[in-house]
Amino acid sequence: MSAALRLSGISKSFGTFVANSNISLSVEEGTIHALVGENGAGKSTLTKIIYGIERPSSGEVAVHGKTVRFASPREAIERGIGMVHQHFMLVPTLSVAENIMLGNEHAALFHPLPLKKIKALIKEHSDSYGLSVDPDALVGSLSVGEEQRVEILKLLFRNAEIMIFDEPTAILAPSECEQLFTILRALRQKGKTILFISHKLDEVLAVADRVSVMRKGEIVGTIEAASATKAELARMMVGRSVLLKVQNPPSLPAKEVLEVNNLGFRAAKGETRLSDLSFTIRAGEIYGIAGVEGNGQSELLQALWGLYPRGSSITGEARLKGEALIGKKPAEIARMGVSHIPENRLRHAVILDFPVTENLVFGRHQEATFQRGIGFNHRALEANAARMTLEYDIRCSSPDHQPLGSLSGGNQQKVVLARELNRPRISLLILAQPTRGVDIGAIETIHKKIIEARQKGVAILLISSELEEVIALSTRIGCLYKGSIRHEFSQEEVEQKKEHEGEFKNEIGLHIT
Amino acid sequence: MMRQKNARVLIPILSILSALLLCTLIIMMTGKDPAMIFGKMARGTLGSSYGAGQVLFRMTTLILVGLAVALPFRVRLFNIGAEGQLQMGAFSAAMAGAVLPATLSSFFAIPICILAGMLAGALWALLAGVLKVRFGVNEVISTIMLNFIAQGVTGYLLTYHFALPSTVHTAPVIAAATIPSFGLLTGWFANSPANLTSLLALTAALLFQTLLFQSRFGFEMRATGLQPEAARYGGINAGMHTLTAMALGGAAAGLGATNIVLGYKHYYEAGMTGGVGFAGIAVALLAGAHPLWLMLSALFFGLLEYGGLTVNAYIPKDIFMMIEAITILLVITFSAYGKRHQLS
Repeated sequence: MSAALRLSGISKSFGTFVANSNISLSVEEGTIHALVGENGAGKSTLTKIIYGIERPSSGEVAVHGKTVRFASPREAIERGIGMVHQHFMLVPTLSVAENIMLGNEHAALFHPLPLKKIKALIKEHSDSYGLSVDPDALVGSLSVGEEQRVEILKLLFRNAEIMIFDEPTAILAPSECEQLFTILRALRQKGKTILFISHKLDEVLAVADRVSVMRKGEIVGTIEAASATKAELARMMVGRSVLLKVQNPPSLPAKEVLEVNNLGFRAAKGETRLSDLSFTIRAGEIYGIAGVEGNGQSELLQALWGLYPRGSSITGEARLKGEALIGKKPAEIARMGVSHIPENRLRHAVILDFPVTENLVFGRHQEATFQRGIGFNHRALEANAARMTLEYDIRCSSPDHQPLGSLSGGNQQKVVLARELNRPRISLLILAQPTRGVDIGAIETIHKKIIEARQKGVAILLISSELEEVIALSTRIGCLYKGSIRHEFSQEEVEQKKEHEGEFKNEIGLHIT
Repeated sequence: MMRQKNARVLIPILSILSALLLCTLIIMMTGKDPAMIFGKMARGTLGSSYGAGQVLFRMTTLILVGLAVALPFRVRLFNIGAEGQLQMGAFSAAMAGAVLPATLSSFFAIPICILAGMLAGALWALLAGVLKVRFGVNEVISTIMLNFIAQGVTGYLLTYHFALPSTVHTAPVIAAATIPSFGLLTGWFANSPANLTSLLALTAALLFQTLLFQSRFGFEMRATGLQPEAARYGGINAGMHTLTAMALGGAAAGLGATNIVLGYKHYYEAGMTGGVGFAGIAVALLAGAHPLWLMLSALFFGLLEYGGLTVNAYIPKDIFMMIEAITILLVITFSAYGKRHQLS
């Protein structure tokens, strides 16, 4: 075997910030090589250098033994390097075939497109790699998993030998992840070299041959996946031992806080998103909702927080301690003692340009403690920020000036959590994907704080696409499928089945697909 | 952080400097000596108390129309309609001043006329706000259309109903409704149109500054402008902020009418606003929609506008129009460039 890609002494700095420092790495031909590290460890910068988007400050990249210096991605593509970005680069109004040939049309300008030839090629590739997509479908109508397959087909169409996948599973449902791994293995079988970027250790161990761990811009080690353990990788990533399983003492639920009864949700176009959805949450328990994305999670959140698109209609009821939630506005619901951590933190929960201090009161800025005259009591704001950054281990240099957007994903999420958990008279916490895009070190803190809140008697609704998270935290679990709870695991069942996580995951999997 | 702050000050200065450099080149191409032209401009504007008064007068209107653009800009609304709002305000202020009983004291007459102007401007802008919140009409399109409508409405009312015979202006406002010039009161800027409205403009800028950056209301406004969806999740009524930002902006433009009608002409005249409302866009953009910095950019454009007039005999005024536009283009280019470099 020889190295398909070799990096030697790569460094890259932006101003005084060192993103990559003296990185040497060799990726063997025909292997799946994973690159793991926390957010901000420098993985993205490194891939951008390989793909020709960034140029290294020093060091060398060699492809199949030949030193290369890419001025643009186009040159990287010519040398057989391809990349599947986290956010797809597709045109939704064009068909799959048209997207695949885009920029590589095999026809002179003003000549007709050789669509038939392309379709035959797509067919051939689909068969040999298990990449099934309809070449005539519009990309806009595809699922996320299918879009990803189109991206992979694009690379094959361009004869890429080295393929970079940037966090490919971040947006996939569990079943789609499995399909992706099958495809990756098929690609390896045919001699393709794959660089797989991730921070999910289970996946990496499942699919990769070798794993390189990055921390603070450096490679701290490369090990064979077969002999590696999750705990070992986590320790390398974070630089200290990490508790992968949160300490979860048995919960002692008290009286009912939230009662959802026969909730129905019809979208503007008429399709039913929720129907006959019923469950209850008691004080001091975490009700976990397991389910593949798109089975009504977003709609449930919208209904409970009073923010749904125009034209959609809601039936049934949701009551907080007997008082109706449906029909109220977010501000009113919040005043009743409900906190909400939305799925899409960056878009919905924070103002990226505002400093950390202001984000710690955003949405709670009408509380009397923070006010003075028509403005804010800055001393109270600062005291609040000082307390929260300490209690929640929010790492930032100067909370009063640093814009939230400059923090890592984990620290941003801690800001949101700190703000929402400390809402006065909180009785219900709605948590959606609390650790999505969050690094391991921060997950530990976040899980600990969620359990703490439960111990204090808060009722918690947890919606997560990570089954492990749902199992680790929940008191009871409801399996959401096509807009209603298909099966519910009682507290005793969860306690019992938790002991054998793998089996429990499979069992839940049966109820959500 | 520090670098970002520096960039925010550096970019407008760099763009003004390069615009002036370009302007020098253009003057040279017309065969004139730029040093002579700039010297004459300096003497004609800030060099004499009359010239300084003229600059202050122009700056005052520019501040107010600049504020009319800047505040909505913070809520992510592009108010192209300051011109129409100013026109409606000017017409209303003039009409109110003309119909008041001549015996009314200034104590009542002046506030009534000022409020009439502000109210007309606010309502005109609010129309665009309502169209946006209620029907989702893009405010750029609606404010442009409202500019045309304002021009039509005021033009029609003036020509067919309110113009004094064989003139193109309305009856003058009652004496008690006029705002005294600095010249009359203190002898400063003698004979120039600079009047006490300048103090109102300063107050308005300070008020907008406080509202935006010191109040909870402004906190919500800025949040709505930066991330409208997050604002809704945070329980902020985004539609309400769209409406208030437009109304307050329109009111500022309407206050501009006080300067030109009550402080200077004392009547409404066809074409009296002369497109200064559009210059407000430039004023606001050059200052990054910041209410206080905006006063400096209003000064710059005021200097350019009146400076252009003083050297009219040597250099066509059109050259100075070009400079204004070139400055804006450069600001936008420089800030886009700055942003891109900060990101990568």
